[in-house]
Amino acid sequence: MYAQMVKSTGEGVKARADMSPEEAAFQDKIDADIKIEPKDWMPEGYRKTLIRQIGQHAHSEIVGQLPEGNWITRAPTLERKAILLAKVQDEAGHGLYLYCAAETLGVSRDELTKDLLSGRMKYSSIFNYPTLTWADMGAVGWLVDGAAIMNQVPLQRTSYGPYSRAMIRICKEESFHQRQGFHIMMKMVEGSEAQKKMAQDALNRFWYPSLMMFGPSDKDSVHSAQSLAWKIKMDSNDELRQKFVDQTAPQAKLLGLTIPDENLAWNEEKGGYDFSEPDWGEFFDVVKGNGPCNTDRLAARNKAWDDGAWVRDGLLAHAEKRAARKTAAE
Amino acid sequence: MSALYEFCLRMGDSTLVLGHRVSEWCGLAPVLEEDIALANTALDLIGQTQLWLGLAAEVEGSGKTADDLAFLRDVWDFRNALLCELPNGDFGQTLMRQYLFDEWHLGMLKALQGSSDDRVSAIADKAVKEASYHLERSRDTVIGLGDGTEESHARMQAALDYLYPYVGEFFIADALDDAAAKEGIAPELNSLKAGYDAAIAATMNAATLTLPESKFAHKGGRTGRTHTEHLGHMLTNMQWLQRAYPGASW
Repeated sequence: MYAQMVKSTGEGVKARADMSPEEAAFQDKIDADIKIEPKDWMPEGYRKTLIRQIGQHAHSEIVGQLPEGNWITRAPTLERKAILLAKVQDEAGHGLYLYCAAETLGVSRDELTKDLLSGRMKYSSIFNYPTLTWADMGAVGWLVDGAAIMNQVPLQRTSYGPYSRAMIRICKEESFHQRQGFHIMMKMVEGSEAQKKMAQDALNRFWYPSLMMFGPSDKDSVHSAQSLAWKIKMDSNDELRQKFVDQTAPQAKLLGLTIPDENLAWNEEKGGYDFSEPDWGEFFDVVKGNGPCNTDRLAARNKAWDDGAWVRDGLLAHAEKRAARKTAAE
Repeated sequence: MSALYEFCLRMGDSTLVLGHRVSEWCGLAPVLEEDIALANTALDLIGQTQLWLGLAAEVEGSGKTADDLAFLRDVWDFRNALLCELPNGDFGQTLMRQYLFDEWHLGMLKALQGSSDDRVSAIADKAVKEASYHLERSRDTVIGLGDGTEESHARMQAALDYLYPYVGEFFIADALDDAAAKEGIAPELNSLKAGYDAAIAATMNAATLTLPESKFAHKGGRTGRTHTEHLGHMLTNMQWLQRAYPGASW
């Protein structure tokens, strides 16, 4: 999941007795797993929450190209370079589907882009961490895409039709991304001492930021309660984090790598791993803009947008000229 | 070294170096659709590189791989056209470089579909579909930006003025090119020139851009006699991991 701490109405879930007939009918559809489509009536809070969530997810795909783009030119083989290119191309494509899904809710891609560039809208905290070695390409695929999939798979069943359909396409590609990441890690741990060290170092740096991707515990959050009722959110943050750790711990063992958590241990009683919480102080620092790469990431996006202004203007002017010439000829 | 080996390097190094340049755009394009298109172009070119350098390694026969050729040769062994190694500049320069390459590339690949060597014609059959799409897009973009705003026009004209002296190299044959043509591996380079000149004249006309009058041609990349200073920096970046950790498997 690339959306964190998405605010909903902040008023908690409305009791059925307080709902208008339209709201009650809307909730009935959601409860019966009937998809909400763009032209259907929807509460304003539902629309706004979805725009925030889908927008944040789209922005994450776009900003997420940067830490991987950092290694495309240094990929160690032609095959690795091709795979990484295919992956970032997919991510740009995911951004595109998601912006399109958001547009069905009455917001334009340009408006969302403006909010990203001004820092008003967020993207996932994970992309504010640097990719320092080639093993980080493995760790990003294995852990970051692995964490994303945890949330995206259930979101295929989300209540909003265009979002659900975008998620179905995205999930197909994400599982390939995760596999290629794990494969990079496998090659590293089978390799030289330096490569093994690189792989362990990448896991050390990406483990806790990956756990943060699910956001802080939301068991008492009024925002999450409303999103769950609307089926915009399908599971609590803690449930997803637990699933992620349960899936990843055996994979790390298979790789012969050590998860940097002394408290990580299988708990027979709960049928899952016990593990340490990440440093939520660090998380809030990153979200506030004080992560290691926040300034650089946003500056890179702003520069790309500003440098590209003449291209967008030029192509638009040409399209207008062509349209005018066509009209004149008719 | 055989004419076939050398010819494969000349094709594969051009796609490698240009593919690398285009990949430098990742995440930085003016609009999302262009990011996707640039990544797609780079991906196609790197895929073609695997085929050309794979064939070169096979022909050379000493057990080298396409990766050995890509990552372990130094500047003087590279055989790409100089145009491919020139820096990206702005988006206009990147797309103008792409267009000037694509127009030649597609013509070359179509001719190679009739190569006397089945392995060469098989690569050309695959690559020709990709190159057709690349050309369609780069041509449309050059026309759109040339015939866009005053600023986009000026930038595209500057890009053309900078890059045009590098296109002549595509048509200047040396003894190895002549040998490849004689063996039926590849066409006579000069045979592609009239079609190329006519195509770019038509495109620049539609783009309201003016082709430079001087027909001076920088050369030496395809023969390996010389390169620009830019290539060494690209290789420093591209080959870093392979050089820093010799023999490692990735």
